[in-house]
Amino acid sequence: MSSTEHDAVDTILGVSPGSPLDELRRRRPVTRDNTQASYLALFEPDVLSDASLPERFAVGVFVAALHGDAEATAFYQQGLKAAGSDDALHTAVFEAAKSGAALGPYGEYREPGLQDENRPGLRWATPAAIREALGEKLGAALEHAHLLVFRPREASPAALGSLVKAGWSTTGIVTLSQLVAFLAYQLRVVSGLRLLAAAQTVPATADIPANPAAAQTVRTGS
Amino acid sequence: MTDELVTTYPTLNRPEAFTQDGLGWRPWLQAPDAADLTERQYAGLVDRGRAGSDYFRLLARDPEILGARTRTDKDIFYNTKEGLPRAERELAAAATSRVNGCVFCASVHARFASHHADRHDDVQRLLDEGTSADLGPRWNAVVAAAAALAQTPPQLNVAHIRALQDEGLDVLELADVIHGSAFFNWANRLMLSLGEPEQPEPQN
Repeated sequence: MSSTEHDAVDTILGVSPGSPLDELRRRRPVTRDNTQASYLALFEPDVLSDASLPERFAVGVFVAALHGDAEATAFYQQGLKAAGSDDALHTAVFEAAKSGAALGPYGEYREPGLQDENRPGLRWATPAAIREALGEKLGAALEHAHLLVFRPREASPAALGSLVKAGWSTTGIVTLSQLVAFLAYQLRVVSGLRLLAAAQTVPATADIPANPAAAQTVRTGS
Repeated sequence: MTDELVTTYPTLNRPEAFTQDGLGWRPWLQAPDAADLTERQYAGLVDRGRAGSDYFRLLARDPEILGARTRTDKDIFYNTKEGLPRAERELAAAATSRVNGCVFCASVHARFASHHADRHDDVQRLLDEGTSADLGPRWNAVVAAAAALAQTPPQLNVAHIRALQDEGLDVLELADVIHGSAFFNWANRLMLSLGEPEQPEPQN
């Protein structure tokens, strides 16, 4: 059941029909269509009993903001409004994202052979005041979303137990996990395609400057 | 109530580090029994054979997103009529899994990269040393791009793109690196947070 005619990735990126980025995406129509079908399955689902629309879009706003993507954050914010949320919820989600800002991935490994790679970082818990505005269930969802976004290696049965205690059903936890994980994918597709356009790899005219000096500097980021 | 819904495995034989061995995976939440799956759930599995997997049966609790996710996955990795060779898509998946810390996903896609490129030792060095391992300029460029895109916020930049172009990648191949890497940021988070890997007993 889809009422969204416009592709979410195209909308976030401002892709216009016939543009080079549009043509590039249409060379992989199955990927393009099913990335959109995934968006619709999560944000315009037929069944809402385990996770409500405001809960889904609040997670969308939170995760997009944690990824530092202003356009995507605005996109999910619009969805949150359309889902009927009030200003207090909006403010609380933004405050949550602000207090949860970090650079990931980090965390401690369970595997004994990977202990040298442990990297400490923020273990964010929803601040009490924000939790009050969000409610117990959504407050727990954002906490779990933060865990999955920044330190997935620390995911645990206990983290799922916290969701159960806050009122999430088993099916709801699967949906919430898909929401956060899908967003981690979609936001990177958006970020990567935006970069391809900015780097003029998809220009109408081929005038890509060779820059071998820059190519030597790329292996510092990992 | 919590105890009934979440399963733990106190005595599980766990992998000690990244490996190309075939691993098992145990769910922390209850997957529906294969016998109880509805037609809607089978549609979400796409391949009926996937009903044999605890992971896919657990995801079948929300069949619509599972179906769309599975079709996205298959096209990004198996549609190789044009674009990036399969081995390098698998390399991007393995590198992403290495960065995010998904031992299970890394094992599967390291094996695929090894197989399709016939470069077992290079793939093993990616697992042992991490994404700074020197695998030659073309693989280095793919791994560096995947590692940068796996950061939150994503750190992929123009220099990564230029390095891939210098290795001869065209724009569709660049998009394949981006999609293969991006997709594993999805897969890693599901496999890491809904269950855990198991090291099978040695067979000899």
